Amino acid sequence: MITLDELLERDRQREKDGFKRKIRIGRIVKPGSGGKEKIIIVPTTVEEKLVHDEIKLDQPPDEGEASGGTGDGEEGDVIGEQPVRPEEGDGEGEGEGDGEGPGEGEGGEHELEANAYELGKVLSQDFQLPNLKDKGKKRTLARYVYDLTDKNKGVGQVLDKKATLKQIVQTNIALGRIPDPSLIDPTKFLVSPQDLVYRILSREKDYESQALVFFLRDYSGSMGGKVTQTVVSQHVMLYSWLMYQYDKQVETRFVLHDTEAKEVSDFYKYYSYKVAGGTKVFSAFKLVNDIVEREALDRDYNIYVFHGTDGDDWDKEGTQTLAEIEKMMRYVARIGITIVEHSYVGAKQTEVEKYLKNSGILKKYQDHIKLDIMGEDVDDSRIIQGIKHLIS
Amino acid sequence: MELVSQHVKQIMEECKVRARDQGLTFDDETLEYIVTNRDMIELSPKVMIPTLYDYWVHDVRVLSGKGMYEAYPSNPYETVINTRPAISYYNDNNPDWLNVMIFYHVLGHIDFFQNNLFYKNTWDVDLTGQALADKRLIAQLRSEVGRRWVDYVIEFARGIDNLVGYQKELDRAFRDERKKRMSRSDFYFDVFLQKVKTVSHNDYLKEITRYNECLKNGEDFYDLVVSKYPEFDELYRKALHARSDEQLDVMEYIIEHSPFLRAEENKWMKSVIHIVRNTSLYFQPQIRTKIMNEGWASYWHEYLFMRDDRISGHETDYAKINAAVTSLPKVGLNPYALGMRLFQHIEEMDDRGCYSFDYFLLKDEVGKKKYDKGNDSGHDYIFKIRENMNDFTFINTFIDQEFLDRHKLFVSGKRLNQQRMTWEYYIKSRRAEDYREMIIDTLYHPPEIHVDLEKTKDGVLYLNHKFEEKPLKTDYIENTMVGIEFLWGGPVHLETSEPSASAPDTAYSNFWDPSTPAGGTPPPPPKIEWKRVRYVMENRKLHKREI
Repeated sequence: MITLDELLERDRQREKDGFKRKIRIGRIVKPGSGGKEKIIIVPTTVEEKLVHDEIKLDQPPDEGEASGGTGDGEEGDVIGEQPVRPEEGDGEGEGEGDGEGPGEGEGGEHELEANAYELGKVLSQDFQLPNLKDKGKKRTLARYVYDLTDKNKGVGQVLDKKATLKQIVQTNIALGRIPDPSLIDPTKFLVSPQDLVYRILSREKDYESQALVFFLRDYSGSMGGKVTQTVVSQHVMLYSWLMYQYDKQVETRFVLHDTEAKEVSDFYKYYSYKVAGGTKVFSAFKLVNDIVEREALDRDYNIYVFHGTDGDDWDKEGTQTLAEIEKMMRYVARIGITIVEHSYVGAKQTEVEKYLKNSGILKKYQDHIKLDIMGEDVDDSRIIQGIKHLIS
Repeated sequence: MELVSQHVKQIMEECKVRARDQGLTFDDETLEYIVTNRDMIELSPKVMIPTLYDYWVHDVRVLSGKGMYEAYPSNPYETVINTRPAISYYNDNNPDWLNVMIFYHVLGHIDFFQNNLFYKNTWDVDLTGQALADKRLIAQLRSEVGRRWVDYVIEFARGIDNLVGYQKELDRAFRDERKKRMSRSDFYFDVFLQKVKTVSHNDYLKEITRYNECLKNGEDFYDLVVSKYPEFDELYRKALHARSDEQLDVMEYIIEHSPFLRAEENKWMKSVIHIVRNTSLYFQPQIRTKIMNEGWASYWHEYLFMRDDRISGHETDYAKINAAVTSLPKVGLNPYALGMRLFQHIEEMDDRGCYSFDYFLLKDEVGKKKYDKGNDSGHDYIFKIRENMNDFTFINTFIDQEFLDRHKLFVSGKRLNQQRMTWEYYIKSRRAEDYREMIIDTLYHPPEIHVDLEKTKDGVLYLNHKFEEKPLKTDYIENTMVGIEFLWGGPVHLETSEPSASAPDTAYSNFWDPSTPAGGTPPPPPKIEWKRVRYVMENRKLHKREI
């Protein structure tokens, strides 16, 4: 079976051959419990032919399409109504931009995800960002598998006979109906409906394809103004692109640091938090190392780390930072460091740039670490170029 | 995907005997496969033919089908494909008793495929075998000329595969059968003298006089003709077999006349277009008999299942599933439900002798209800209908007020309520005419587009869209015409009609609230003015000109 990536690759080829692209990315929204909807990415296409159309004239859509029906009532009776704007998690959204705009009552986080997705799509299509390297693990579109593994008492799909028998024996022991274990008479057993143990369908997370991306950002006092904006917009684009390219299969963690590092729960907080403090770059890398070690993440994940800073560091030699990076090299797939220089830096090198270059670490692990340096006044195309470099 | 077990097959063979007893006719051989939901998802883009050629659009559909299944799992029970032997698929989740019901349903489909006259051109075809041969040819072409270009040709051919001359092919098949071909004299006077020899008016009349005299005197008129024009018989023979350009559909015309396809290195494209055209032709009858086909199958599964003693104990299970399949929705259309009820209605009406002049003359409701001639002929009558009709004639002939009243059917409308920002569904009409029209509007009706032979010249392919008060979907015109231009190898023109609103008769009708509540007079529909326009595709650029 052909994959989505191959299909999109072929679709790009169409453009070179002088035909318009045909594949669009659509989403199906699966309403979930607790308001947690799940979005499934699917390709869609229309086979265009010469077909009849309805007569559309420029007037308000006061009347929808007529259909059939059955039941009681007089002509003209209203038999039901439906909100014009579907509520969140309602029905399917097919094709992009189809009834999926941020509606009322949605949280900021969700809105960002939707927008990020759109942005990522544009980035992938227009700027041709190269794909992240696959660590030999197959990506699939399905994120969950269903299996008959969960057990449930009373009702379910398949009766688990062994478990049921155990349960019955337990119950009867509790009821004192088995006085002599060597002389059991099953015909005397009392069986309660709750003793029946069934296997039921359960949703299992499919861990086939995992990439984990850490976003690290310096939010110290020196990061004022445009520098933060630039770092944030690069990370927004990176994040958006990952969301799109990996169909939300990429897990993301967010770390902010000044002299100390802390993890925040979502991208919204990651890009909006501000603080004034000193700068210790190593703290962020150390936190990442700690998290990875504590949760044994390197076993199951391809790990990517992206760090954005203005290049200022109290640790001028970078000894601690370099030590942490060195440590990280054991598991990480790619570290991408972005230094956005304040305009006053001029031709000088920032501390971080200096110690990174001097240490020779960039050369030693050139496949695993990339450094991108830009000024604070750069435009979007430079930022995108930076992303290309970081993940090249 | 595997064949059903011997046990199930045995149950099914028993079903065949019972179905035959009721008058259904079909071939002895059938093939049944057990499939999973996943198989179904992968098969459906290939219109359930496992051997259909590979094409990326199918892959796209499979991927989105899988996504859809993940979000909204569904469990289709069966599918039948019209081939020899007929193949049907059964979901591996189906219990035995359900398969009995489904098998009756399937037999209904097979009977319909093999007896309805609109399927005539599919009767002798082993579709899966044919498709396999086509698939191999396309795979071979892909390796010879490259996957990309084969895919483009498939795409462009599929872009016009709804313009195939299905009715013409059918007509030809029936004519050949009844030997109703052009007679020798028709050819001589209508074609030979006028178009080949272009004789003068005077000579033409002389020949007619001579023909009549020969007829009177019992002489052979053609003696002189053949001695005068030795080529006449040969031309007549050719004319009987050849199809004139007027009879070609757009795809055939391109295959025959495209200067681009004539080039040696492009000849392979003709095979691809042929394959796409034949596949499309094959499915035309199925699209045009959906309501009848599903109705007929549902009618018979209900009829036969209820009389089958082997399934006793599963009556309630059956009732649940049957209701889900054949209930009339509160709003919307269900071809299974509609077709089945209409067949039942027709049978009952004919049993009472209602399709008669006497009944037609009756004016009072009570008299109509009580009318019963006791003909008991409905059973035979519906068999005739399944043989001779398609969805259009079926709906147009048999949906009557009695049918609507009996099942409380209505045309539902949908309108915007601006205060509440909701769509309101309301009962728009309970008249049979309106209901009929509403259904007919949903039927498959591709635009009638033909090659204009007079205007097709100087390398330009000129297509003419017949005016039926329906515009073309303008969004699709450009890409479709890019494809036609590619296959034709030169500019393509398309003449069609487009609507625009003219000023309403009275100015104040603008002030009508679009959400006029029930009971109010709706605003008069704006008058539509039709304009003839011509789309010109040249060098992959589309221009529109008014005519």
